[in-house]
Amino acid sequence: MRVKVISRSTDDFTRERSQDLQKVFRNYDPALRTQEKAVEYTRALNAAKLEKIFAKPFIGAMDGHIDAISCMAKNPNYLKAIFSGSMDGDIRLWDIAARKTVCQFPGHQGAVRGLATSTDGDLLVSCGVDCTVRMWKVPMLKMVDTNDAIGDASQPSAIYTWKHAFWGVDHQWDGNLFATVGAQVDVWDQNRSEPVSSFEWGKDTVLSVRFNPGEPDVLITSASDRSITLYDLRMSSPARKLIMKTRCNSICWNPREPMNFTAANEDTNCYSFDARKLDEARVVHKGHVSAVMDIDYSPTGREFVTGSYDRTIRIFQYNGDHSREIYHTKRMQRVFCVKYTYDGTYLVSGSDDTNLRLWKSKASEQLGVLLPRERRKQEYLDAVKERYKHLPEVKRIVRHRHLPKPIYKAANLRRTIIEAENRKEERRRAHRAPGSMPEQPFRKRRIIKEIE
Amino acid sequence: MPGAKSATDQKAMELGEKEAMDEMEKKVQKYSRGQAANLGALRDKKLKGQLAAREKLYGHSAKAAAQAEKWFMPTERGYLEPEGLEKTYRFQQDSIVQEVDILSSRKAFDMILPLLGPYTIGYTKNGRYMLVGGRKGHLAMMDMLNMELIKEFQVRETVRDVAFLHNEQLFAVAQKKYAYIYDRDGKEIHCIKEHGKSLKLQFLEKHFLLASINSFGQLHYQDISTGEMVANIRTGLGRTDVMRVNPYNAVIGLGHAGGKVTMWKPTCVKPLVTMLCHHGPVTAIAFDRSGHLMATAGVDRKIKLWDLRKYEVINSYAARAESLDFSQKGLLACSNGSQLEIFRDTGGQDYKIYMKHRMVKGYQVGTVLFRPYEDILGIGHSMGLSSILVPGSGEPNFDTFVENPIETSKQRREKEVQSLLSKLQPETIMLNPNMIATVRPSRKKEKKTKKEIEDEVEDVVEAAKNTEMKKKTKGRSKASKRAKKREEEVLKAKRQLMEQYKESDGRPEKKQRVSDEVELPKALQRFAKSRQ
Repeated sequence: MRVKVISRSTDDFTRERSQDLQKVFRNYDPALRTQEKAVEYTRALNAAKLEKIFAKPFIGAMDGHIDAISCMAKNPNYLKAIFSGSMDGDIRLWDIAARKTVCQFPGHQGAVRGLATSTDGDLLVSCGVDCTVRMWKVPMLKMVDTNDAIGDASQPSAIYTWKHAFWGVDHQWDGNLFATVGAQVDVWDQNRSEPVSSFEWGKDTVLSVRFNPGEPDVLITSASDRSITLYDLRMSSPARKLIMKTRCNSICWNPREPMNFTAANEDTNCYSFDARKLDEARVVHKGHVSAVMDIDYSPTGREFVTGSYDRTIRIFQYNGDHSREIYHTKRMQRVFCVKYTYDGTYLVSGSDDTNLRLWKSKASEQLGVLLPRERRKQEYLDAVKERYKHLPEVKRIVRHRHLPKPIYKAANLRRTIIEAENRKEERRRAHRAPGSMPEQPFRKRRIIKEIE
Repeated sequence: MPGAKSATDQKAMELGEKEAMDEMEKKVQKYSRGQAANLGALRDKKLKGQLAAREKLYGHSAKAAAQAEKWFMPTERGYLEPEGLEKTYRFQQDSIVQEVDILSSRKAFDMILPLLGPYTIGYTKNGRYMLVGGRKGHLAMMDMLNMELIKEFQVRETVRDVAFLHNEQLFAVAQKKYAYIYDRDGKEIHCIKEHGKSLKLQFLEKHFLLASINSFGQLHYQDISTGEMVANIRTGLGRTDVMRVNPYNAVIGLGHAGGKVTMWKPTCVKPLVTMLCHHGPVTAIAFDRSGHLMATAGVDRKIKLWDLRKYEVINSYAARAESLDFSQKGLLACSNGSQLEIFRDTGGQDYKIYMKHRMVKGYQVGTVLFRPYEDILGIGHSMGLSSILVPGSGEPNFDTFVENPIETSKQRREKEVQSLLSKLQPETIMLNPNMIATVRPSRKKEKKTKKEIEDEVEDVVEAAKNTEMKKKTKGRSKASKRAKKREEEVLKAKRQLMEQYKESDGRPEKKQRVSDEVELPKALQRFAKSRQ
């Protein structure tokens, strides 16, 4: 007879000294874990609820300006710095971590309309309604003690006066050029006092400009004649133009897919385009209930943030037709500018109420360093949430956002209006000869034409 | 010759490798939780890619788990093997106890308690603690790891059943009039009057539900974390004390006097399943850990094994049993009077006798229970309690985070918190626990599309055209006659098919209204609808 029974000596399974870690034994046999799916579902549900409980995206407000904030610029060379310009001509440099003004620039006579930094982060270009472009030397931030009081920067390193008021500025990536827009598009060299070249296509004011992050000579502008125009600096005239039914307030390239850009439109939607194929939008991002004022992509290119006249900030997936997140506070007024920080974890918004506000990009994310164990746990919970996201209870909790009453009502009203329009069109089509009124997808409906 | 030798060596090595590969594949199978989804039928390329990546990940994790088995599972399974002409069922308990190591030999014992019996027993899920209930009011809790008595007290009234709650800190006792909950120190925490005179208690540890069947045949479910009475179901099948939880899906099985076995969940007032298992009362019922196997015993001197996927008898044995229990590794223990028999699956769910044990004559065995994570069978009988060694019955390797037989108080507290956080709702109890998050298949019969019907008609017509015709005489095989006949054939085949489709539509054809017969232009259709 050969016989053996399970025999565990306690010493082998317990720690020797109280300072030791407890011994851990694993048996991954599925038979030991019954009702796995129910357990996972419960965990997903709890994770969704906890996410809601911990969703506190607002970190703090940065006050100091005495008029509405009109524009902002990130510093590519320094993660926690951000420049802001206000309607009274004031330009400030902020330390996001300390939420304080580090440096105040003398600024402009009228409103500052555009701010841009060079890729090396040494130069700040500002322009405003006083028809001047001013260049500022950015103080070495590493030397500045964050606890220090507000420091005054010296005079601008250059002031160039030009023929018209400016509406925006953007600096070339890895180059010396920058472009200003206003009555026309002007391309400047850092070392020249006059534009290197100027473009004009139509008579209306150009509102915003952005250089392509991949192709340094390509830039895109949006104008008040409802157009989006692509320029190539290697050519003498603008390349292509797209006219929509309403104007775009701001445009941003996707930094990871630099052929794609997204335009923040006056008709409450954002439109993502492929620059090579302008006759239809790739995605229409809906959600805002008032004009979208500014847009900025996260450095990963997977998400972008929009600020709107309806006093909310929304975060969209690059391919999502509805917003992932809506941020609002009671005190935040109409948002004029938003920026995603270069590490992709924070958002900064500047609004009519003279404050800059700092937000987390993931509302329930824990700030600070996570222990490996905490990180793994978080990853697990995210995975189960992803797995059971289609179940009605989980979906309901994850989707739900509380909205201020005016916005909620405005959204309902918009929905009613759109439904009525659709209904009307359907009936109109029914009364027409079949095929005489082809149905157009929404991606094309707001586009009037493309001009080469 | 050295060359030939090396060739044979190589062959042997290859064989060995192949065996190892096969063994590995078997292990991977265990962890892969069923077949991979069939992605060939998918048309959505994006989804297909995503699912393929997911399946690949599952494969990797199964393989990793199989490979880690060697390192994570230090303990080997117990065994009892005969040599020569020996038979395992002839081995006496004494000889087994003599053969095994001292530590294990201490685990087999007989405790003679003649005054307050007969006794019933219960184990915690991790197998460390044993609860003993004597019919005449004797309650005791023991730590089986150190063989210590933790608490012993008398309630001085009938004790029908005992059951641990989620850990050894609390246990429930079915007493003369009501069920009570006591803590580890023997303090009475609750008296649960709502359950009535309960005969049998079971605890669903994932749901924190205490289930009981009372003398009126009412099944109660109570959530012990909130105190809420989740369900009170009248079975309507009379008094019974045969109740077991299926560990696979937390469905409760009841055996009734009429020979029926019913299965219950708290959110349904009707039984999920009713099976006529025996002629005459059911005396015992047990579920295997895998959830696919049920054993029932009746007074009709039959022990039956059921496949719970098909609800069919796999095997039937002529034997009596007062109590049944499946071990973690699938051994089946049956008690009959003072005799015990343990069966083992010899492959293909063919259960053969594995061990026999005979108590002292006159002892009536009431309860048999395998101790989890040990090769031990606990026996509660009329004169006390015993435990015997059954090699190969228990799961040798535990998972610290699932059930830990050697847990510290800190680990126990941590586990309590975790299990409360992931407490399952009563709705998650269902016959197939993997149903959650799957898509319910549509009930509707798939209708054939117009094109499919047309294709089929075409095929039939083609077949009819190509039928060979008999050569006939007297001018009946003229070309015109043949053509006419062929046409008739085609029409006949077509008509048959069309009638078939009409029938399969199911509904009798509606009489059309006058207004419907006139085809309105599209613009006016909405007015026509609103008038109806």
